[in-house]
Amino acid sequence: MIRRTAFALALSMVPAAAMAEGTMPQMDFQNPLTASQVVWMAVILVVLYLTLSRWGLPQIGSVLENRERQIARDLEAAHAAKAAADRAVAELNATMKQARDKAQADIAKAEVESKAKAFADAKVLNDKLDAQLAYSENQISEARIAALAAIKPVAADVATTLMARLTGKTPDEATLTPEIDAALLARQAA
Amino acid sequence: MAGPSIDALGQFRLSTGLGPLGAAVNFTNSNEAMLASAAIIVVLFVLGLRSRAIVPGRLQALIELLYEFVRNMCVDTIGEEGLRFFPLVFTLFSFILLGNLLGLFPYFFAFTSHIAVTLSLALFVFVFSTGVGFYTHGFRFFKFFVPEGVPVWLLPLLVPIEIISYLSRPVSLSVRLFANMTAGHVMWEVFAGFMLLLTASFGILGAFASVVPLGLNVALVALELLVAGLQAYVFAILTCLYLHDAVHMH
Repeated sequence: MIRRTAFALALSMVPAAAMAEGTMPQMDFQNPLTASQVVWMAVILVVLYLTLSRWGLPQIGSVLENRERQIARDLEAAHAAKAAADRAVAELNATMKQARDKAQADIAKAEVESKAKAFADAKVLNDKLDAQLAYSENQISEARIAALAAIKPVAADVATTLMARLTGKTPDEATLTPEIDAALLARQAA
Repeated sequence: MAGPSIDALGQFRLSTGLGPLGAAVNFTNSNEAMLASAAIIVVLFVLGLRSRAIVPGRLQALIELLYEFVRNMCVDTIGEEGLRFFPLVFTLFSFILLGNLLGLFPYFFAFTSHIAVTLSLALFVFVFSTGVGFYTHGFRFFKFFVPEGVPVWLLPLLVPIEIISYLSRPVSLSVRLFANMTAGHVMWEVFAGFMLLLTASFGILGAFASVVPLGLNVALVALELLVAGLQAYVFAILTCLYLHDAVHMH
């Protein structure tokens, strides 16, 4: 029994020995089935080949081709959509730039115009004020001259009266008048 | 002696399938697995192509993945001309892949573990690619066996080597797939049988000890899954390489 187990152990280690134990069915070429299986294999393989080459493989080929075409088409559509979007964005940017430029130009123009108008207004006002000023100065100097002219008889009167009261003599008008004129001139100068 | 014994090769024994009708035309159990593989491929296509959606569902994504994988393999290896051979390579790849994967399930026959099957496939690829070579280049295809830039006096040595290496292509192509699948399935069977043997020999102790071969078998499932995909890929890419040689001659 133990010898038998040892033999089996040896067999398991060397499969080739296991084959040599009996005759291999694979090498039994006397068996008509050995040849007939090849004949039937040929029949099965021919049928399989015709099925695959005429139907199965072309079908898969067409499925794969369809997918490739679909992917190519989708990619193309995506590219076209992207190009259109890019164009729209560029157009939008151009329009916005144009609008901004126009607005800035309008602002600059309005600024210049309003500045010019303000300047003109100020000039008109200034001229008017200058004219008024000149007129007023004129009036003041006229009034002053009139006032000075009115002062002379009063001064003569006052001087005559003062002289009469102080000295009891009435001054000579011919000497008094130049004196008064000189005093008035000196005041005016001051 | 009573008790279980390891019959690692019974799983490869051919019998007739599909009842008395199959028996009458020598339809074997390996052909049942082939039929199942082909049917699964076709059903996958039918289900995957049901909606033909722009955003694929799971099944549609699966067949599209397979389609683009094999298609890229053809174009990358053979060049633009490879598209002509795309259906052929796809048929071979999917058939072998499904055969390998189905063979991993219990009670399913792994038809790729039969040398008769793999050798037939490899011989077909060999004859087909050679035919393509002669069809494309005419008798100039013989120049394929004359390496360029080699001194003339070396040619008597190199040309036979080239011819032998060319002729050995179907052998290596078929034995690689056959040996990989057979070895994996034999190992599975041996480890599984070893569990029975241990239990029969050492009773309860052996039953506990058989955890070790069980663990090995679990690890083997992962390995065999890798091998199943890898060997189908290797078969397909070598087919592409041979077709590349036939089309481009270098």
